[in-house]
Amino acid sequence: MAGIEIRSLRKHFGDLHAVDGVDLSIRDGEFLVLLGSSGSGKTTLLRMIAGLERPTSGEIHIGDQRVDGDVPPRARGIAMVFQSYALYPHRTVFQNIAFPLEASRTPRKQIEEKVRWAAELFSISRYLDRYPRQLSGGERQRVALCRALVRDPKVFLLDEPLANLDAKLRNTARDDLKRFQRQIQTTTVYVTHDQVEAMGLGDRIVVMERGKVRQIGTPQEVYEDPVDTFVATFVGQPPMNLLDAGDPSLPPRTLTGFRPEHFLPKSVFGSGEDLRTFRFAVRRVEYLGSDRYVYGSVAGSGAPDATIIAKLPATITLGIPEGETQEFAVPRRALRYFDAETGLRRKG
Amino acid sequence: MTLPFRRTLADREDVLGGAMLAPALAYVILLVGVPFAFAIALGFSNATAGSLSFGWAGLHNYRAILSDPIFLRALRNSVVVTIGSQVLVVVLATAAAQVFRATFRGKRFARFVLLLPWAVPVSLAAIAWTWIFDSTFSVINWTLKAAGLLHGWLYWLGDPALALLAIIIVQAWRIFPFATVIVLAGLSSIPQEIVEAAIVDGAGFWRRLFRVELPLLLPVVAVAVLFGVVYTATDLGVVYILTGGGPANTTHVLPTLAFQRGILGADLGQGAAIAVFLLPFLIVVAIGMLRLAHRTEVGGAQ
Amino acid sequence: MKRVALYAAALGFVVFAGFPFYWMLVTSFKQNRDLYVGASDMSHIPWIFNDPPTLEHVKLLLGQTDFPRWVLNTLVVVVAVVVITVAVAVPAGYSLARLVGRWGERMGMGIFFTYLIPPTLLFVPFSRLISLLGLQDSLGALILIYPTMTIPFCTWLVMGFLRSVPWEIEEQAMIDGYSRLAVILKVAPRLIVPGILTVVVFSFTLVLQEFVYALTFISSVNKMTVSLGVPIALVRGDVYHWGSLMAAALFTSIPLAIIYNAFIDRFIQGFTMGAVKG
Repeated sequence: MAGIEIRSLRKHFGDLHAVDGVDLSIRDGEFLVLLGSSGSGKTTLLRMIAGLERPTSGEIHIGDQRVDGDVPPRARGIAMVFQSYALYPHRTVFQNIAFPLEASRTPRKQIEEKVRWAAELFSISRYLDRYPRQLSGGERQRVALCRALVRDPKVFLLDEPLANLDAKLRNTARDDLKRFQRQIQTTTVYVTHDQVEAMGLGDRIVVMERGKVRQIGTPQEVYEDPVDTFVATFVGQPPMNLLDAGDPSLPPRTLTGFRPEHFLPKSVFGSGEDLRTFRFAVRRVEYLGSDRYVYGSVAGSGAPDATIIAKLPATITLGIPEGETQEFAVPRRALRYFDAETGLRRKG
Repeated sequence: MTLPFRRTLADREDVLGGAMLAPALAYVILLVGVPFAFAIALGFSNATAGSLSFGWAGLHNYRAILSDPIFLRALRNSVVVTIGSQVLVVVLATAAAQVFRATFRGKRFARFVLLLPWAVPVSLAAIAWTWIFDSTFSVINWTLKAAGLLHGWLYWLGDPALALLAIIIVQAWRIFPFATVIVLAGLSSIPQEIVEAAIVDGAGFWRRLFRVELPLLLPVVAVAVLFGVVYTATDLGVVYILTGGGPANTTHVLPTLAFQRGILGADLGQGAAIAVFLLPFLIVVAIGMLRLAHRTEVGGAQ
Repeated sequence: MKRVALYAAALGFVVFAGFPFYWMLVTSFKQNRDLYVGASDMSHIPWIFNDPPTLEHVKLLLGQTDFPRWVLNTLVVVVAVVVITVAVAVPAGYSLARLVGRWGERMGMGIFFTYLIPPTLLFVPFSRLISLLGLQDSLGALILIYPTMTIPFCTWLVMGFLRSVPWEIEEQAMIDGYSRLAVILKVAPRLIVPGILTVVVFSFTLVLQEFVYALTFISSVNKMTVSLGVPIALVRGDVYHWGSLMAAALFTSIPLAIIYNAFIDRFIQGFTMGAVKG
């Protein structure tokens, strides 16, 4: 077991700065999620930790071993699960799981025991004699995890391992993955572009954009206290509302942000609540079963046409007629302020 | 806990990559690059097959061949045969591709037969055609006469103009199956939606063909033509076997003349100088290929 | 109506493409008195067997000519060239696709271009080289020179093939405990088998088809390959034994055609490069 230290790590492909100066400290036993859209550099960062990509500059330490540059993947004490699972097509499930053990010249008997133990853990013992092409996506994913597990790695690296599963399977797979990681307590770095996965799995989330780290924090910190407008709008669905409210009590060029679920009809709040009230011109209401999304705009803001979204839980049954202007409000504790120029968070 | 592990040679991609590439590079440089340069150099020499001497002859060989009517005739023949056969190939291949994209009974067999001309060795195909064009036993003549289309007699390989036509026919016959398959590959890569969109927009077969499919096929047809040019302009077998350059040296092309002078006549210098005139054909092809590759890169980046 | 036009067009192409092969077939088994009737005799239909077919020409070809010897020579050259090509082109293609990075693309293009330099430009300098090496009139000359045609194209084929095979399995093996070299030796071969097969078939067919270098380097009849011996040495003086000639052409064409039919799509991928996708 080991933590990972990353210091001013860079990877340039010609003019493209895929990873552009990343500092990161991953604690021993932590489940860390790298979250970003495609091209954010998250996969390149993971591949550099794995040793599949050589850094242009910077340092990577796994445990007390410096690994950037000269240490090949096999000597880093890592295991990796790829998005495609990369199962060896001509080997049975048993042979796939046994592969890393064979490569390290483990005695046959021990291999046998270890493979059976791991297969039991992921309940795939029945499939040991099958070939990968005979398995479903979920089964393949579990084989890949098994193979990663038997190496007793210091670090797990997972590259979007759930992306190829259908939506239904993804929920249970996520749960399995988290329980499994809690059980074995191995440091895990997990790459995804799916914020639901990131929020659900991560002890901490690293939000990346264009090769740089935007924010590191627990899911709660990232969601509730985004450091800038990028994180505020990237995390959360629908994204955080941002508007230039023209509040004279605030410094000029300040954006006010609030989550759609905090933006509710004024009448639903208790009287003791310290509220900020808006005149909300409702354009359209979307009924989604558990929620209602209300689309509209706020009069008197800097950009009166910008679409603002309110997310009303099904427990609020109040009628919201389309085309009318209503009093909506946000609790002051839920307001976040950002500098309109730099996008950075402003305490207020 | 530091593992005593360091990268070994077995982990170095640059070393392994270089080592695995080296034999191929050596082969290509030593046995294609060097001889290629030597071929150019020979054109300026008075080397002969009999002796090992290699004297500088300047432009002598070029002056000699450029005032040689047989060479000028061969150069003209090369151009005529290449252009003539490639025009035929393009027409035949685009038409055949339209037929072979449809499904019909016996298509597998038809495809098999269509590929025969490309699969068979050039020299064997040429000898079969020599028999077909035989001055006494030509089945073509018999058939034309039986159909009432021919009253006199065609000495296919005995008449310069007819012989050239025969050469063009054989070259086109040999290359159009290859071109057809390439065009078919191109057709299958045209997204079905584009064709369907054209149908929905009310475009008929011909409009679809000329306005939608052919423009999209252009790069693929170009590939077929570029390879066709290389195969035709540089081919020695067809002419060598069909006519041997005859009658009276009227049907030589550059490769057969280079062979006759350079190998049979042992005048390496002049043979090399004649072969050098193939370069313009190849340069046209190389530029065409590069432009296509570049086009693809640009297209891919969008 | 449309169907009729389609079948008519298909038939037209089949007749044009297949006619010489039909002619080989008919000629191979016709009796001489059925074969050598002048085409001006309109009462004798050359398209069909007017007399019963005969094995005369085939017997002559197999028993009294050097044809069996040429087949043997061809096989020797084929095996040697295939071995050299696989040994040189497969590692090179792998290296270009996986190891040498950004230069791979350009270098691959460069190697491919040498495929365009034709035998007819090189046979003159080669004839000098071959005599310097003392290889004139020997199969060794062909074994040395043929790879100049197979290596560039096959390197390109393997590189293109590997581009379509995901890296992840090889990367996984490196993480699972293999060195780069061990991956190349133990994991990669299984993944490239179809690519290697294509290389073997391409080299095989090219050797069977080659004529120019064979014509340049080989002069003894018993050293010839099939594609050289049949059109050159089966003709005795001015006497063409058309029956045996066509039988030889036929027997050589059939296996080649079957192989081509099976591998055509793989070759075409190599020829069209990116143009099809672009």
